[in-house]
Amino acid sequence: MNSIIEINDLDLFYGDFHALKHVNMEIPEKAITAFIGPSGCGKSTLLRTFNRMNDMIAGTRIEGSVEIAGTDIYSDEVDVETLRKRVGMVFQQPNPFPKSIYDNIAYGPRLHGITDRKKLDEIVETSLRSAALWNEVKDHLKRSAFSISGGQQQRLCIARALAVEPDILLMDEATSALDPISTLKIEELAQELKDRYTIVMVTHNMHQAARVSQQTVFFLNGEVVEYSETERLFSNPTDQRTEDYISGRFG
Amino acid sequence: MRAKTADKIATSIIIAVAALIVLVLAGLLGYILYRGLGHISFHFLTSAPETIRKGGGIGPQLFNSVFLLVLTMLITVPIGLGAGIYMSEYAPANRITNFIRLIVEVLSSVPSIIVGLFGLLVLVNLFGFGFSLFSGALALTVFNLPLMVRITEQGLKGVPREQKEASLALGLSKWKTITSVMLPISLPVVLTGTILAAGRVFGEAAALLFTAGMSSPRLDFTDWNPFSPFSPLNPFRPAETLAVHIWKINSEGLAPDAAEIAAGASAVLVITVLLFNFGARWLGRYMYRKFTAIK
Ligand SMILES: Nc1ncnc2c1ncn2[C@@H]1O[C@H](COP(=O)(O)OP(=O)(O)OP(=O)(O)O)[C@@H](O)[C@H]1O
Ligand SMILES: [Mg+2]
Repeated sequence: MNSIIEINDLDLFYGDFHALKHVNMEIPEKAITAFIGPSGCGKSTLLRTFNRMNDMIAGTRIEGSVEIAGTDIYSDEVDVETLRKRVGMVFQQPNPFPKSIYDNIAYGPRLHGITDRKKLDEIVETSLRSAALWNEVKDHLKRSAFSISGGQQQRLCIARALAVEPDILLMDEATSALDPISTLKIEELAQELKDRYTIVMVTHNMHQAARVSQQTVFFLNGEVVEYSETERLFSNPTDQRTEDYISGRFG
Repeated sequence: MRAKTADKIATSIIIAVAALIVLVLAGLLGYILYRGLGHISFHFLTSAPETIRKGGGIGPQLFNSVFLLVLTMLITVPIGLGAGIYMSEYAPANRITNFIRLIVEVLSSVPSIIVGLFGLLVLVNLFGFGFSLFSGALALTVFNLPLMVRITEQGLKGVPREQKEASLALGLSKWKTITSVMLPISLPVVLTGTILAAGRVFGEAAALLFTAGMSSPRLDFTDWNPFSPFSPLNPFRPAETLAVHIWKINSEGLAPDAAEIAAGASAVLVITVLLFNFGARWLGRYMYRKFTAIK
């Protein structure tokens, strides 16, 4: 498999706190990569370097490089807004805007300059179809985004991210606030989306990682302990700490 | 057992104090309305005041108050919004920013008579704006700006982080995120605050005595050219507002019915300020419900 993200000797500091230590890894294109590890080990931090959301936190410092499709995204020529269009993100809590379902999806494309009503209608429909939500909401697109269930809201957020046509989709514990059925729906959706998008998901749930991902990365205290094909990591880990973690001995 | 008694005593004291405040307020409002309501009529609200005869009205003063309010808000809202956005989203967290915040706090507690004197010295005399609506509006801006900045800042700070991040993660610039997600979300707070600030402007007298002045030219309500000296819309003419008018007729009114006029004008002022307050609360609640509507 081709890798689309390459991380070389990455260190990240929040002020004095060394949150990521010497991370080296590759993330394959058009596949699902899962980040697992105990709370506070740096999963979100690494995920948020991919769309430079850490830039907003004062006192964050980065060493090493993160390359996406061959370009170092922390170099001066890179425009953060263009980067974020290419690298979409779905958050832990469903966070639709207080607008209608339609306007939530159209928000990104509109502000990126698309004003043609027909084109917007088209984007809204394809995005909602991609997020497997179209059939449930197509008759009330004008309703408030808060009127649908939490699971539907999360798929709406996925559709919203897809509407700006990213290549990569980051999901930070996107199912942890949802019920089991909604969770399953999102997992199925991720399976469908991986043919067209590269997906990186953080999860607390090892079973989820085992179920949906092709590659799994195990973190501990800001370090990447091990990463490999999901099946191999779970059946035959090379590092003792990985084995302890997946057999439930800590974390 | 003892803690319980103490709790009971404390609760009753708090309730008694609260009741007292409500009573004083209700008494005050009731008295003003009782004395003034009978005097309010269409004629009273629309006709010009009389100096020595009976039957004068408060038409020009009412107009001046409203016009001054509009002028002040035209200046205050853009500056206040801009400064509030800067303080909340762009200002780095350092000593200078904290210092600015402190200044804003101090500014909001300057007594209004001082603001008025400052207006007289700087706006009226130094800058030569004279006794005018414009000077008055600038003085009131000094008085209102801190409130506006603080409200905007609070409103923006109250926007959930998740929604701000959602917009940024879609590749939208900070500015677009502020204008198209954060400001709409904080609109109920900001608008409520703005209307409350407007209510303050309407009732203000001390800051206007030496800036907008204590007299109006004979206004010609058929002349709407803002540049002619007797036009009501001319921002560079002196203008006595309702609150100033009340103060003036109470202290030096010569008309035989001065007391009634003062009472009527006070009632109008109180009703307007109350309307502003209730209007602000109603609108804030309405918008909040509209934005978070589950329908
Ligand atoms: N803004 C910040 N400032 C300082 N330290 C931070 C900040 N954000 C995170 N950290 C620290 O960095 C470490 C990694 O945090 P991170 O959020 O990446 O963990 P995580 O693996 O996603 O944990 P969880 O599973 O609980 O979400 C933690 O120790 C955390 O306390
Ligand atoms: Mg996390």
